[in-house]
Amino acid sequence: MSEEKNNNQVEKENLSRRKFLRNSGIAVGGLAVGGVLGSVIPWNADTAENNQQQQEETKNFNQALMYFNQAEFRTIEAATERIFPQDDNGPGARELGVAYYIDHQLAGAYGFNARDYMQPPFFHGEKEQGYQGRLNRREIYRIGIREMQNYSHQNYDKGFTELSEEDQDKVLTDFAEEKVNITTISPGNFFQLMRSMTLEGVYSDPLYGGNKDMDGWKMRDYPGNQMNYTDIIEGEFKEIPPNSLRDHM
Amino acid sequence: MVKTLPKTDVVIVGVGWAGGIIASELTKQGLNVVGLEKGRERETEDYYMVHDELRYALRYELMQDLSKDTLTFRGNEKIRALPMRQYGSFLLGDGLGGAGVHWNGQTFRFLPYDFEIRSKTIERYGKNKIPADMTLQDWGITYDELEPYYDKFEKMAGISGEENPLGGKRSDKYPTPPMKHSPQMRMFKKATEKLKYHPYTVPSANLSEPYENPDGISRAACQYCAFCERFGCEYGAKADPVVTVIPVAKQTGKFDLRTHSWVRRILHKDGKATGVRYTDVTTGEEIEQPADTVVVTSYVFNNVKLLLNSKIGKPYDPSTGKGVVGKNYAYQVVKGSAVGYFEDEKFNNFAGAGALGMVIDDFNGDNFDHSDVDFLHGGYLALTQTGQRPIQNNPIPKESPTWGKEFKQNSLKYINKTLSVSAMGASLPFKQHYLDLDPVYKDTFGDPVIRMTYDFKDQDRHLAQFTAKKAEGILKEMGADKIDTMEELGPYNITTYQSTHNTGGVIMGDDPNTSAVNNYSQMWDMDNLFVVGASSFPHNSGYNPTDTVGALAYRAAEGVIKYQKSGGILA
Repeated sequence: MSEEKNNNQVEKENLSRRKFLRNSGIAVGGLAVGGVLGSVIPWNADTAENNQQQQEETKNFNQALMYFNQAEFRTIEAATERIFPQDDNGPGARELGVAYYIDHQLAGAYGFNARDYMQPPFFHGEKEQGYQGRLNRREIYRIGIREMQNYSHQNYDKGFTELSEEDQDKVLTDFAEEKVNITTISPGNFFQLMRSMTLEGVYSDPLYGGNKDMDGWKMRDYPGNQMNYTDIIEGEFKEIPPNSLRDHM
Repeated sequence: MVKTLPKTDVVIVGVGWAGGIIASELTKQGLNVVGLEKGRERETEDYYMVHDELRYALRYELMQDLSKDTLTFRGNEKIRALPMRQYGSFLLGDGLGGAGVHWNGQTFRFLPYDFEIRSKTIERYGKNKIPADMTLQDWGITYDELEPYYDKFEKMAGISGEENPLGGKRSDKYPTPPMKHSPQMRMFKKATEKLKYHPYTVPSANLSEPYENPDGISRAACQYCAFCERFGCEYGAKADPVVTVIPVAKQTGKFDLRTHSWVRRILHKDGKATGVRYTDVTTGEEIEQPADTVVVTSYVFNNVKLLLNSKIGKPYDPSTGKGVVGKNYAYQVVKGSAVGYFEDEKFNNFAGAGALGMVIDDFNGDNFDHSDVDFLHGGYLALTQTGQRPIQNNPIPKESPTWGKEFKQNSLKYINKTLSVSAMGASLPFKQHYLDLDPVYKDTFGDPVIRMTYDFKDQDRHLAQFTAKKAEGILKEMGADKIDTMEELGPYNITTYQSTHNTGGVIMGDDPNTSAVNNYSQMWDMDNLFVVGASSFPHNSGYNPTDTVGALAYRAAEGVIKYQKSGGILA
């Protein structure tokens, strides 16, 4: 596999993506007006975008759910988009596939805390002692999402996905700052878990379902999987088109 | 039913750097050695898909499975110790090569001051300079005595470097030249020279050029691919036990390596070790391996755990200061650092190598006058370029939002515009800092796990503030537009990664009343038992520990060979 060929492929993908964004008025418009359109027809806008995408791109069989139900998925999609929003730099968590990434992670070992010490007895500890709960990550998400919905309804008479971006931010801030009263989980820890998994979904190798088309990496000039930097290590900054682990097979 | 195997000359518990070095040295001398390794076999081919930050750095592919064994932690004796349920502050290696696989390769010698720290501190500042509860001890060996073993380790591993202008005397130069210098490193060099400091290139186990070591092992040069720390090297360029000493031991035909073998007890009778008992984790079978000499070379915590669970040596008692096993647990003070933002520059921060960097020792050890500061020792200050992978590196100005629009903008903007100068602060021992067995929590086989009692002290807080200020000064000289400097160290927190430089618990010295092993890592209380590793450090210096672990392992190997011939406590 020559590097040149790789770069060409990357270029081609870039072009088709830009063209797609230019041509699909619904997608760009929908994202631009955000909450307003989102609050009226969030579900339809998504579907329209998906349909159009499917016509132009190969169907991505990876984008289906292993753990969340549809409503949970949409809540996480909305919340992670607020954590890492679409802006002038490029796509946000939604377009990068972060919610699919989180869903897939929770379905596996990480969701079950398979490699964590989960033996009893459980006691409340000092914050310096770290997580001491008995719930695993998938349980924390399920409870956390339900509590986000409850909190949204209590304070704004709407579900989380129907809130304006500003109100979504307020809900997330209240979770992050532990202003929400929950007995089962720590709202702050739930938020931190969502935040760290958002960054994972944005920046992990695309093989995990996020970082779609390596766009997370492209936004920060990260070259991904490269065999060596011997030639550039002594020199000034150099932009290198990214490779993924797929390019290494 | 326990199966008992035929006796061997030497059995080694844990095959990482210490175990691998000792296995290769003993088998070369014709001894029969059994190596027991709790984890799996490893080879370079395993790392074909290693450029995967999520799998290796965040899901800890190469680390011990905490569901099977962990430790408990408390800041002081009044608090209930609770298990480290998830990784944070440090990472426990697992499998063949142990922590020697996932290290960065920064290979520093300790300073002459370190080995005689108590005597030299009293000599220069008087007894009162040492806080009453600081259990500072000499090591029972001098730098000059250990120097040949440092040299041996560095030649085996092919360390790339140049002489430290403020370090101990070297008998020979490094076997390979220093690593390449990036623009960032050149900036650090220029700034520290201007400040009249003494910069040199970080000594590196990531080879600067192809190298054949004295054992005839050839390795390729580092490609600066930026995946060292928490990763294995796909080129075999980074020295690790699997690509250096273990093949040498295997080649002799004298090394019987058994992976998936979890040692639970050191067996002993009438003050002599008789062998070990282990569980084959694939079958659950209990096996006894008798041996003339037992060498324990697992990680710090497991070395202590094995001794205590086997009832060997006097457990340390913090209320009296008596006893030795578990004493002088120490760590590393790395938070006294600073980050600089360079608005008009852009760096290749994504590229690098685990041991790529420039460093100064002007504020390490006793290289500066401590008369007017309220701490002892110090640390190196370095600019390292280990490769900033994107999930874990999102630099944003202090006090700016950690999520949302502004976070995204800042993190994208600054990723290639920030440079850090970080400290490797020494960690000195205190009466209250120790390891013992937890009374409640058990490992997967029902054995008590280790309990750690540790917190930062004024010594650490003052040291961290001092190194942070120096780091800030260097960044200022480098031309940073804005600098975020650590202000308060805060309490020790087991949830945030700091460093995997845990030390102490089976410390060395020249007095059986205050140390567990002599300078051959031989147990005072049991002369055919050697306990080797950073567990034997009476304190931790302002450096990464591996060079010293390697040197002490070569010394211990010599000790085992002497012991097999003459017996008795070695002098």
